[in-house]
This record gives sequence, structure tokens and C-alpha cells, in this order.
Amino acid sequence: MKKNSQYLLVGAMVAAFLLLAALQPVWAAKSDNTLNIAWTKELESLDRYYNTAREGMIVSRHIYDDLVYRDPVTWEYKPLLAKSWKWVNDTTMEFELRDDVVFHNGEKFDADDVVYTFNFVSNPDNKVLVLRNVSWIKDAEKLGPYKVQVNLKEPFPAALEYLAGNLPIYPNEYYAKVGSEGFGLKPVGTGPYKITEVDQGKRIVFEKNEKYYSGSAKGMPAIDKIIQRTIPEVTTMVAELMTGGLDWIYLVPTDQAEQLEKMPNLQVVRAETMRIGFLQLDATGRTGDTPFKKLQVRQAVAHAIDREAISKNLVGGQSRVVNAACYPSQFGCIDDVTKYEFDPAKAKKLLAEAGYPDGFEVDFYGYRDRPYGEAITGYLRDVGIKANMKWLKYSALRDATKADKVALVMNTWGSYGVNDISNITGQHFRMEYNDFARDKEVTDWLNKGDVSIDTELRKDVYAKALKKIADEAYWVPLFTWVSNYVFSKDLDFTPHPDAVPRFFLSSWK
Amino acid sequence: MITYTVKRLLLAMLVAITVSFITFMLLRSSGDPAVAMAGPDATTEEVEFIRVQYGFDQPLIVQYLDWGGRALRGDFGKSAYFKRPVEEIIGGRLRITMTLGACALTFAILLAVPLGVLAAIRPNTWIDRLALSISVIGQAMPSFFFGLILMIVFGIMLRWLPISGSSTWKHFILPAIALGYYATPAIMRLTRSGMLDVLESDYIRTARAKGLRAGSVLFKHALRNAIIPVVSLLAVQFGFMLGGSLVIETIFAINGVGFLGYESISRADLPMVQAIVLMVSMFYVVLTFLSDLLNAFLDPRIRVK
Repeated sequence: MKKNSQYLLVGAMVAAFLLLAALQPVWAAKSDNTLNIAWTKELESLDRYYNTAREGMIVSRHIYDDLVYRDPVTWEYKPLLAKSWKWVNDTTMEFELRDDVVFHNGEKFDADDVVYTFNFVSNPDNKVLVLRNVSWIKDAEKLGPYKVQVNLKEPFPAALEYLAGNLPIYPNEYYAKVGSEGFGLKPVGTGPYKITEVDQGKRIVFEKNEKYYSGSAKGMPAIDKIIQRTIPEVTTMVAELMTGGLDWIYLVPTDQAEQLEKMPNLQVVRAETMRIGFLQLDATGRTGDTPFKKLQVRQAVAHAIDREAISKNLVGGQSRVVNAACYPSQFGCIDDVTKYEFDPAKAKKLLAEAGYPDGFEVDFYGYRDRPYGEAITGYLRDVGIKANMKWLKYSALRDATKADKVALVMNTWGSYGVNDISNITGQHFRMEYNDFARDKEVTDWLNKGDVSIDTELRKDVYAKALKKIADEAYWVPLFTWVSNYVFSKDLDFTPHPDAVPRFFLSSWK
Repeated sequence: MITYTVKRLLLAMLVAITVSFITFMLLRSSGDPAVAMAGPDATTEEVEFIRVQYGFDQPLIVQYLDWGGRALRGDFGKSAYFKRPVEEIIGGRLRITMTLGACALTFAILLAVPLGVLAAIRPNTWIDRLALSISVIGQAMPSFFFGLILMIVFGIMLRWLPISGSSTWKHFILPAIALGYYATPAIMRLTRSGMLDVLESDYIRTARAKGLRAGSVLFKHALRNAIIPVVSLLAVQFGFMLGGSLVIETIFAINGVGFLGYESISRADLPMVQAIVLMVSMFYVVLTFLSDLLNAFLDPRIRVK
């Protein structure tokens, strides 16, 4: 559906609602301590290793536990199923497990479950979908009833990041019996919530795990029951939210979120996420003889765009400008790099120096958030660069990039919520198709950082890489993305930058 | 008659094969299925891994023959997305779409047939114009817009009916109206013109001359004859509603076949899309085949041609 018509319709809904404000909605949810939520996604399976969507991660964090928990506010690692852990050497980790945990089906949690889960998911024959979550694991060994050792293929400093949220532990006996297909429909974990009903593509019912172990870093949930519904149309979700059929939705388009701020019973939070946007410029001339081969041209692009204005006015909420090729909280990310302030005159001067006093024309690619692309196009036009927008489906953009057709692209990266620079910078400067810089020095630094567990060495090489990326203007980092959450005023809910809502931390006011 | 039936049957099968072949090729050329399955943030290795796992690296014709062979045996493969048999998933969703289609069709008949009859009794009067306007609006207004208007009025303002979902019969009322209204114009106009023809015929005049009551003439004599072409139109409309309820299903969050088809396209779930396209086209093929046979049975001239 067209965005404009959606905007009008949501406006009409708000107007209709306010017109009849006298008819106060009945908040059925609060009295029975049930939270009604919705998202647009239809999950293929509730087996976290066989779904790729963010919503799969949300379900996972509620019904399963990982060995480690990452505090969403302080980013600190805390014990969860593992009481403690230590690095034995570069490629070996040892975990001491809790002995007081049971799965939702009554199965006792012990070292066998951890060993089974890790050996199952790291076995390539089992075709786990998000390879990066598991590909660093060689295998796991049982050292005692509540003690395991995880062997890595090679040194992998971000291991804890993955162990804290992306590697849920499954009950070995039950999983072996029902397989992924059965498990995906009737999942069993140790988490704060258990699943009591799955109507695939329609609804998932979560109920509080009354036997959840005390002392868990996630804590005992306050809300008894969560009913999730899949509603593909945002306008419909908004209508349900207005009438009390839903209490919480997210990923609401900004213009609609703005309208919903007028609603007396709803609150809108436009929270920053780890997703950042950036322009990639063909610095090596893969597309032929492009102006972007010249440093001054790349710097001119960086100076031409008022990123602050777009971030503030168009993205809105908690969005902020980023200067380095990473999300600020990520391990290894620094802000102390060359900054390109908004200065169209300087941009024009740089272009003239590079031999383009009258600018040039270029195809400008992208795959999402077209309005931001339009704003950038406007700024580029002001300094003489005529950017023709070509917005494609992601897979088509990927094909075009691979075929060396893309000289200028607006890309984004969400890092899967992983708070380590290896998940973003390392993914884009590896001499692969999406590496627009092909700078051996940068690649080497990043490679070094990605396989070392020496934190000081890592910080050092990442800083070098980020500084060079900024100096050379290989990327024009833009700003952070926001996610719009709209929910009942009666709900106490806090969004976090990894954009994984945690309802086990929520409660009714 | 037997030769004719066999000929028609062969033709129908040919249509089915052609449709499946064309959709297969179009789907494969629309983008890299491995990239679509792996998701936007996947690495190159992840994409390559999926490509090999699902056989997307094989030549297209091999992939098609492989699929076609299994489909003939009733095995449409596993959904690339759900990892479960395609027929199992479609089966569950088909019931909802059928229910919605049946409700919508009922609504369309209840609205369109009386309107058509009224318009035919008083041609070129304000009643006729009003009936025509109602049906023209149905055709002109996009169904998503109409659906949302219904939602605002009956869901938000009046709070009479649930807004979305499919758990009770009440949930089907708004979507059935939104979907059925779109089919109204065609049914209404065919009823009207059929009634106009019949009302002018000799036997109606005779019936009236006998002094039968107007209502009896209208419904017992006229409508029963005028409705025959409408019935065959309804079969086609029903087929349309099964395949074309996508927008309505999306808006009202009714997870039926239309929505499943749409989502499967964006997920590049090829086995699923293939099966749905084949199912919907087979539905039409079967309906056309049956109506061909019926026509031939009624009208011997068609058989001889």
C-alpha cells in the first residue's frame, strides 16, 4: 500500500478516535495481567537455529536461556545458565553450570544439554540458518555433570557476545525425540516464559514460567501472559491498538508514529537501534572510471550532506550522527576519527580540485528508507552531483553490487544486535563484493582484530582501521536508525539499542 | 461427446503445464532465491551454503523437471521457509480462504441480486440509477480502502465488530463485506440485463395476463430463468475470491492462501509459490472444463465443431 494513503488513514483513525473519545476503551488486558502484542512477521519456526528474523530472536530470549546474559543497559556480561566461565586458552572456554534449572517439560538441565546443543548446531549437516552464530564453534565436551568445555575453531574474541543471546540451550532428550520440525511448533526451553499455544502465522501464547529459577539475571517476569498476533498491515495494528485489542507494537513508520502521539491512551518511543546507515563509494573503480576513485570527490560527498539535519528532522527520535564505520557502543568502535562537517562550499571546492567543477552524474543505489536517500540526493544536487536514485529489492541490489555496477549506495547494517565491531566493520572490508575500498592494510588490521582475544591489541588495530576508513572517506557514515515503539500508557516498557524487546522486564503501571 | 471431453481434458492439462512452467521460470528469473532466503544481513558464505543446500545451483530445466515429477505424485516438496510439507500448510490456510470466499459470495448475492431485480423492474428510474451507483462504487473503490473504512466505522467508532483476525464468525463479517462488495457490480448487472430480457418475453406476458400476482411472476417465473447465467458467473467469481483475497486477508490479518502466496513471493519460498499458483490455476482450469462440458451437454452444436 502507498505510504501516503497509510498516513492519511492513520490520521483518519486518530481523528475518528478522538471524535469519540467519550467512549473510553475497556482495557481488558490489565485486569487479567495479559499483554497483547503484534508484529507483521510470520515466523517459520520457533526453533531459533532455524529462523532468521528478529522476531525469532525476541521469542528466543523469552522462552530459552543462553549460557550468558548481556545486560541490555550496561552491556555487561552476567551469568545465566552458566554460573561462571573462563578462557583456558585462545580457543578453549570452560563453563561452570547452574544445577537448579529445569526445562519447561520437567527435564533437568545439565552439561549433557549444553554439549548436545552445541555439537548439534555446529555440525554443518544440520544446516543451521544463521551460520555466523555457530560457525566459530568446533565442539563441546562434558567435563562433569555441571561443567563443560567449548572448543573454538580459531580464536574468536566476540564469542561471549554470541553466547549471550544467540545460542539458546535446548533439552537434549526432547529435541532428539521431536527434531527441529516438532520443536519449532512445540518449543521447550528454560526461559522466563513457556509457550502454551502456537497457531502458526497467527498467534503465539506465552505464559509465565512459574518454576523459573530465582537469581536469574533476567529476573522473574511480572506479566503473566503474552499473546502475540501476526498482523501484516500496520494500519490494522494501529486500529487494534487504539481500541485496546493490542497493547504494544513496534517498527511503526515515523509519520504514523507522529500521528499516534496525539492519542491520549498511547505512548510513542522512538528509540535508537544499533542499525547505522552509510554511503559506500567505489574507491577502486570497480564500475569503471568513476569520480569516486579520487579522494577529494569522496570527501566532497561527505562534506555535502547535512547528516545532522536528516538525523534530527527525518529520522527523528533518538537518532544521532555517527562518524566511524561502526555503532558507538560496539567493542572496538571509536569516535575519534576524521569528521566531515556539513560544508557545501568546501565540497564544491574539493570537487573543483578533483577536476569536476561542474559536478557529475551518478546512479545512486539503495534498498530501504527511500526518503533518507531523497534527502541525500538533494544535498548532492546542491554541490553539483546529480544522483539518480535506483532503489532496488535487497537481493537485486546485492546482484548489482556483485556485478560491479554500483558506484554509490546507501546501505544499512544492524549487526544482529552484536555489540562487537567484528560484526559490522569486518563484514564490509574483507575484499569481498561488498568491500568498496579493497584496502589491504584495512583488511589486515581487521583480520588481526577479529581473531585475537587480546583486548588491547584489538582496540589498537580497530582504531587504526577506523581512522584510515575515515581519512580515505571509503564510507560516509550517516546516522543511527530508530525503531518506533507504540504502546499503552499503562505499560512500563523500555526499548534497548539492540531492538530486542524484553517483556520479562516489563510490567503494568 | 467422449472425443470432445478427451480433447478438452488434454487442453486443460496443457494449460496447467504451461502455467506451471511459466511461473517456474519467471520466479527463478526474478532474483536470487538463495539471497532472499538468507536475509539482508547474511554473509557470502551463508548465501552460497543455502544455494547448494536447496539445489538452486542446478540448471533451471533440471529443477523444473524434478519439481514437476514430484508434483505429479502429489509431493509439492517442503516449504523453503517453514521446512514443512507445502500441501500440509496450504491445506490449513485453504479452509479459512474458502470460508471467507463463501461468506463474501453470500454477501455479494444478497446485495447484488435484489438490486439487479429492483433495477430491472424500474429501468431508467432513480431506483435503477441508485442500484447502478452502488455497484459502480464497488468497482471503483480499491478494496483495501473500503476495508479500512469499514474498520474505522464499525471497529473504531461504533465498536460493533472485531477489527482483525479469524477466530470467531464475527471476525469474518467485515472482510466478507469488503471482498464481496467488489464482486457485486458484475452480478448485479448480469441479473439486471437477464431480468430485463426475461421480463419482455412472451411467457411473462402470459403469466401476467393470467392475473398472477406480481411477486409470483417476478420470482417464480422471471428470476429462475434470468439467474442461470449469473450462476456460472458466480463460479468464476468464487475462483477469483480464492485467488484474489490477498489484499483483504492482509488488512484484516486473516492468514489464508492469498496472504500466504503473497508472503511466499517476498520470501522467495519457491515450492510454496509454485504450488499456490498451480492450485489457483487448476481451480480455474477445472471450472472452465466443467462449464465447457455443461455447455456442450446443453448445446449439441458445440460438440460438433
